[in-house]
Amino acid sequence: MNSPENNKKEHQDKVLNEVSNSEYKYGFVTDIESESIEKGLNEDVIRLISAKKKEPGWLLEYRLDAYRKWKAMKSPTWAHLNIPPIDYQDIVYYSAPKKKKAEYESLDEVDPELLDTFNKLGIPLGEQKALAGVAVDAVFDSVSVKTTFQDTLEEKGIIFCSFSEAVQNHPELVRKHLSSVVPVDDNYFAALNSAVFSDGSFCYIPKGVRSPVELSTYFRINAANTGQFERTLIVAEDDSYVSYLEGCTAPQRDENQLHAAVVEIVAMKGAEVKYSTVQNWYPGNKEGKGGIYNFVTKRGITKGANSRISWTQVETGSSITWKYPSCILLGDNSSCEFYSVAVTNNHQQADTGTKMIHIGKNTRSTIISKGISAGKSQNSYRGLVKMTRKAENARNFSQCDSLLLGDQCGAHTWPYIKTFNDSSVVEHEATTSRISEDQLFYCQQRGMDEENSIRLIVNGYAKEVLNQLPMEFAVEAQKLLSISLEGSVG
Amino acid sequence: MSNSHHSPHTLSAALAERFTDNRKVINDKDPVFVEKLRARAIELFRQQGLPGSHLERWRNTDITQSLDASYYHELKRNTEKINIDEIFQCKVDNFETFLVSQLNGWFAHQDHLLRELDNGVIVGSLREAFRQYPGLIKKHYGTYAPPEDHGLTALNTAFAQDGVFIYVPDSLEVKIPIQMVSLVRTSNPVLLFPRNLVVMEKNSSLTMVHCDDSIEKETSFSGSVSEFFLDEGARLDYYKLQNKDDHSAVVNSSYFHQEAGSALSTHTISLNGGILRNETRVTLNGENARADVLGLYLMDRSQHVDNYVFMDHASPNCYSNEQFKGILDDRAKAVFNGHILVRKDAQSTEAFQSNKNIQLTDEARVVTQPFLEIYADDVKCSHGATVGQLDPLAMFYLRSRGICHRNARMLMMYAFAAEMVNQISIHALKEQIDHMVVKRLKGELSICDQCVLHCKDERQVSFEIDMNKV
Repeated sequence: MNSPENNKKEHQDKVLNEVSNSEYKYGFVTDIESESIEKGLNEDVIRLISAKKKEPGWLLEYRLDAYRKWKAMKSPTWAHLNIPPIDYQDIVYYSAPKKKKAEYESLDEVDPELLDTFNKLGIPLGEQKALAGVAVDAVFDSVSVKTTFQDTLEEKGIIFCSFSEAVQNHPELVRKHLSSVVPVDDNYFAALNSAVFSDGSFCYIPKGVRSPVELSTYFRINAANTGQFERTLIVAEDDSYVSYLEGCTAPQRDENQLHAAVVEIVAMKGAEVKYSTVQNWYPGNKEGKGGIYNFVTKRGITKGANSRISWTQVETGSSITWKYPSCILLGDNSSCEFYSVAVTNNHQQADTGTKMIHIGKNTRSTIISKGISAGKSQNSYRGLVKMTRKAENARNFSQCDSLLLGDQCGAHTWPYIKTFNDSSVVEHEATTSRISEDQLFYCQQRGMDEENSIRLIVNGYAKEVLNQLPMEFAVEAQKLLSISLEGSVG
Repeated sequence: MSNSHHSPHTLSAALAERFTDNRKVINDKDPVFVEKLRARAIELFRQQGLPGSHLERWRNTDITQSLDASYYHELKRNTEKINIDEIFQCKVDNFETFLVSQLNGWFAHQDHLLRELDNGVIVGSLREAFRQYPGLIKKHYGTYAPPEDHGLTALNTAFAQDGVFIYVPDSLEVKIPIQMVSLVRTSNPVLLFPRNLVVMEKNSSLTMVHCDDSIEKETSFSGSVSEFFLDEGARLDYYKLQNKDDHSAVVNSSYFHQEAGSALSTHTISLNGGILRNETRVTLNGENARADVLGLYLMDRSQHVDNYVFMDHASPNCYSNEQFKGILDDRAKAVFNGHILVRKDAQSTEAFQSNKNIQLTDEARVVTQPFLEIYADDVKCSHGATVGQLDPLAMFYLRSRGICHRNARMLMMYAFAAEMVNQISIHALKEQIDHMVVKRLKGELSICDQCVLHCKDERQVSFEIDMNKV
């Protein structure tokens, strides 16, 4: 019975077992008093949310309009996902850590438990901010807790604050750009978000300014039965530059929680926006119980000539991911890149990709997508490249590779290419395979064990994307990748 | 149905009603199992309706408008004595074939409806085979092309009355290619539902050439379904040539079922046609089966071509290769929809897919959707798709060698198409198609030449390159 094959099998089982047992290290719950409203969704709830946030009348109207549109819409079914029915009346649409005072004056006044949570998450809030050099806006459940580094940014004229603050302090900017990229009724989840969004980040870079630090937001769902609906709006004026980071975690719970965010990016003439996400929502346990439903709409528009947007995402969490960071290439000579690593394990399902809509002349887009599936998960890339009639000399290159670890998982590629002019060039290529025995053998005969060989190969496979991430994120992403995939041998 | 526009729903209802009204005529004296299958199919059609933009697979091709005309539907075999050889002959040099013709959807050789040849091959009318070989037909008919697949397959299953039936016995190599010609000749717009069945026993081999032709320029709609069964070790070479007029709509659904060790190679060459939709569904149901699905399309004016390929890897150790190339001019539209499915235990699968397009004008459209759906880990799968133009550097090179713009452009398009033409393994056929591609690119090929293969055209086609300048 001790044939090499049996040994190998045993070893694989052992390794796989270790992987499935590796804990989600962000799965703690913070015992903190929170102020929530009743479960359920109706116009009164929306009025209540709006009132709690002291919003102007136009925003309430905007929300109600979105809600009415949402009611007439149906949940999308076209994705390669098995989404259990969601009871939208069983969700709390607003939950906030109870404040002891109306506003925090300094870090000392912030609930110590809350700070502790952020420390566990490794967010450079408080004293760490100087060391890390990152300005953080942390969104806890639905409310933005603290925005660091604000003074430094203010000097440059950069506005980086919670969405609610922006509504109070810069209503004209918010009103001008809100829903200018993602219309209220763009899709089911965007409409829901427009109706009930509770907070998020707002970022405005004035003309000619390069943001000296990387702006960062951390999202965390803490309270049970709540949904998180954050709204992010980034506006980069002419010739400005900003790099924006986003990270997310949630506690370990048996029931599923909904996260339906909307991110809009507007890049004016010559502006550059770099948006990076490490998405690590709770993925559910190894039987597929619990976890976050991550149904997110992200879209940017290169409004002015020579502008540039770059999306980089590392998707390791969530039980179901439905997410297509896209770009409308409107300005001539503008460009957009999409870099993605999506990892699914156990029972996770991901349907993610991008859309590149070329309208301006000489526009360029690049898509690099790396899918990694293990366990019993399903991982899909879905993308659209559209060259409209006016997009003369537009260029796209797409590469979507999938790596399969284990014979129970699935990897799928659904690219759509549409061209309507005679001067654009579109190239798409994709491969699907498992880690080759040759590569493994080579590493092992150089003295590495199987674990490390796989780690090395997977990291090498994802390198093209990880290289796009800012330093601190790249380190975290690499760690996440290793944790998610330890020992999954095909 | 009148000439005003109808909704797909009304059209579907009218078609279903037409079946009910003519049930007796359609069923005639067919065996009970065929009758039952028709009843099931029309029920499924009532539920599904016509395929349209509500289905992902059909999003880019609208057939309802083509169906919305007052069509003549020949529900009974025309008993008028015709000599098919007078209407149509195929004389390609050095290309000897066994010719079976269909006229307006009916098997046309009235003197010998179904023949059993000395070597055991059975060739002839499907309707006649229903009656003479009910056991054999029952085993295969409607099995590989389930009426559940889509509305048009259901509709064909309900209405299909005749077509070609071919049976190749065990270990027999059929030396002469069988040429299947579907002719449309009528003074009315005509609606056709031809149905073909090819059964190949173990280790047999066959070459088929299937030509879709129009003789008169009359509007027609053909919703054909063909079923192919390749038992263990069988080999089929299948060439489909399409040269229809701009008023015709053709939906060809071919279902190939392959057992272990069988090999399939198909070439779909679309040169002209109003709306062409070629559905190829291949099920690799046994180990070491192999399928090469190749295609070339050269479209201009307002022509529309849609190639849909579904490759189902249901067994381990199979190989598949899809390769489609096309050139689009004027306002033509090309759709490619490839879907490779690798099922859970289909390990050691190799599956490749490629679609390359040259778009010559701003008004032409290309939509390409190469899908991979994979549930096994030990696989090598890849797909690639490109849309682009003729290489300006290559153009410059040719021009600098004294070749005029028109010729240089043609030479490059010819070279682009040659990759597909060169994969045709019958020499005579390859030469003929090569010749046709050149003519097509020069804009001299039209459907008024007698048939797809243009045997009567004696004129030699050559590039107008002045060798002295080279």
